[in-house]
Amino acid sequence: MNKKNKLIWNVSLIVALLVLLFVLEQVMPSGSMLFTVLKKGAIYALVAVSMNLLNGFTGLFSLGQAGFMLLGAYTYAILTIPPESRASVYQYYDGGIIQFAIPVPLALIAGGLIAAGFAFLIGLPVLRLKSDYLAIATLGFAEIIRAVFQWDKLGPLTNGSNLLRSFPTFQSVLYPFIVSGICIALIVMLINSTYGRAFKAIRDDEIAAEAMGINLAHHKRLAFVISSFFAGVSGGLLAMYQTTIQASMFKSAMTYEILLIVVIGGIGSVTGSCISSFLFIACSEWWLRFLDNENFYIGSFHVPLLRAGFRKVVFAVVIMAMVLFYRQGIMGTKEFSVEALQNLFRKIFLRKSVKKAGDTHES
Amino acid sequence: MDFVTRNLPYLMAGISVGGQYALIAIGYTMVYGILRLINFAHGDIFMAAGLILVYSATVMPMYIAIPLMIILTVLIGFIVERVAYKPLRSAPRMSIMISAIGVSYLLQNLALYVTGGLSQQYPAIPWISDTVTIFGSTTKRVTVITPVLTLVLVVLLVLLIKYTKIGMAMRAASRDFETSQLMGIKINSVVSMTFIIGTFLAAIGSALFFTNYTGVTPTVGAMPGLKAFVAAVFGGIGSIPGAVIGAFIIGICENIIKGVGLTTFSDAFTFALLIIILIIKPTGLFGEKEADKV
Repeated sequence: MNKKNKLIWNVSLIVALLVLLFVLEQVMPSGSMLFTVLKKGAIYALVAVSMNLLNGFTGLFSLGQAGFMLLGAYTYAILTIPPESRASVYQYYDGGIIQFAIPVPLALIAGGLIAAGFAFLIGLPVLRLKSDYLAIATLGFAEIIRAVFQWDKLGPLTNGSNLLRSFPTFQSVLYPFIVSGICIALIVMLINSTYGRAFKAIRDDEIAAEAMGINLAHHKRLAFVISSFFAGVSGGLLAMYQTTIQASMFKSAMTYEILLIVVIGGIGSVTGSCISSFLFIACSEWWLRFLDNENFYIGSFHVPLLRAGFRKVVFAVVIMAMVLFYRQGIMGTKEFSVEALQNLFRKIFLRKSVKKAGDTHES
Repeated sequence: MDFVTRNLPYLMAGISVGGQYALIAIGYTMVYGILRLINFAHGDIFMAAGLILVYSATVMPMYIAIPLMIILTVLIGFIVERVAYKPLRSAPRMSIMISAIGVSYLLQNLALYVTGGLSQQYPAIPWISDTVTIFGSTTKRVTVITPVLTLVLVVLLVLLIKYTKIGMAMRAASRDFETSQLMGIKINSVVSMTFIIGTFLAAIGSALFFTNYTGVTPTVGAMPGLKAFVAAVFGGIGSIPGAVIGAFIIGICENIIKGVGLTTFSDAFTFALLIIILIIKPTGLFGEKEADKV
C-alpha cells in the first residue's frame, strides 16, 4: 500500500469515527455511561500516550504525570474562570488576584506550557538520575507540587485547598476527542521524526546512542518537556470533564493508574495506549459495576462477596494477572494500522485458500 | 527553659516518628540491596498490618492479637514476593517495578473493599498507649519506647546479618546476585528471608505508628512508605545503619517543620531532601560507590 492510499485510509477512518460519535450523541440519551467512558477515555488516552512517549519510547521511567496534570488543570481553571464568578469561587481570598479570563483553547495551551516550563526546570537536576531514582524523584516532585498548590499563602492564586469551579466545560463528546486526537497526532509525528529515532536509540542503549553522536541531555530534556506539555493539556481537559478540581485529586495513585494503562496497552505502542485507556476506563467505570451490587442473582443463586468496592478488587486482580502473565500488553510494541489489519485479513484468507487448495488436491 | 519545654514535644515526636520510619525503611533498603527493586507495596503491607490488628483486636485479647498480626503480615509479605516478584526475576527491572505498583494497587483496593472506605479506629494497645510526663511535657509512652525498641531491633538485625549463615548469604547476594547463585546460595530462600525480616519490622512499626494516629484508611500506608523509602535513599540504599540514621533525620526535620507552622510543607520537604541528596551524592550518606558497566 503506498503512502497516499494509507493517508486516505487513515483520514477516512478518523472522519468515520467522528461521524459515528456525532450520530451516537444525537441518538443516545446524554446520561449514558458510554459518553462518560468516551470522554474520560479520550483524556486518559492523551496522558497515557504522553507517558508512553517518555517511558516507552525514550526509556525514562518517570512517575510525575499527576503533577504535570495538576499544573495543566490549575492553569486552565485559573485562567478561564469568568471574572464575574471569581468572587464566589475565591470567597476566602477576596476574589483572587487574577481578574481576567482568556479563551478556552489558549488556556489549554497555557496549561501545557506551564507544565512544560516546570518540567524544564525539574529536568535540569532530575534527568541526570538513572532509572528507578528518576522514578522516585519525579514522584517526589509531583507530591511537592501538590503540597505547594494547597498552601494557603498561595490562596489568592490557587484558592488553597478549596475547590476551583465554574470554569467553562465541554458538553459534546467530540471536544475531548478532537483535542486529544490533535495532540496524539503531534506526538506520533514526533515519534516518526529524527527526534523520535533518537529517543528510541536512547531507550535501547544510552551509551551506544551517545557514541553515535546523539546529545543525551538535550534529547532527554526534550522528551521530558514535550511529554509534560501534553500531560498539562490533558490535565486541562480533565478539569473541563470534571467541572471542579482540587489539588488533592492528583495523588500518586493517579500516576499509577496511567502507568498501568500504558503497561496494559503495551509499552512502546501509541495505539495500544489509546485502546487500553478506553478499556481501562470502561472496566473501572462501567462494565464491572454489577460487581458492586449486593443483590446480584444468577438464577436463584445469590452471588456472595459482592458489595461496594468489590469491582476494584476484581479489577486489580485482572491487572495483576496481566502484568505477570501477559507482560507485553495488548499491542506489545506493534501499532494498529490499516495495513496491519489488511495483512492480518490477507493471512487468514490466504491460509484458508491454501487449505482449500490442499483439500482439493487430496481428493 | 521555656524554649525547651515548648520545642521538646516536637523533638520527641520527631525521634519517635523517625524510629517508626526506620523500621519501615529497613524493609526497603534490604529488598533494594538484593533485588534492586523499589518495593512500592511495602507501605501498603504496613497499612495491611494496621488493618489486621484493628480487626483481630475486636475478637481476641491483645496478647494474642499482636503476635497474630505480626505472623499474618509476614505471611502477606512472603506471598507477595512469591507470587508477584519471583516469576519476574529474569525480567527487565521496569516490569518488576510495575508489578510492585500493581500489588500496591491491589492491596489498597482490597483494603477499600474490606473497610468500605471508612477510617477504622485503631485499638489502644495497653501500656504503650498510656500517657506519661517527661520534662513537663505529656506524651504517650510509645513516643519514648519507639526509639529504644528500634535501636534494639536494629542491633539484633545487624548481628544477624553479620554472624549467621543466612546473613552472610544476604550480604553475598546483595554484592553480586549471579555469582552468589553460582556459589550454591539458595537465592529464593534468601530473598524470602529478606521479605520476612522486612515485613516483620514493618508490622512492629505499624503497631507503634498507628498508636499515635487516629485511624487506618486504605491509603494511609503510601506516605509513610514513600518517606521511609526516601530515608533509605538518604542513608545510602542497601545500608541498614544508613537507613536508620536517614529515618531519624527525616522524622526529626519533619516534626520541626510542623512545629514552625509549615505543616503543608512537611511532606514536600522530605522529597526536596531526596532530590537534593540524589543530586549532590546519589549514593546517599553510607552507600557504596557503583560504577556504570557497559
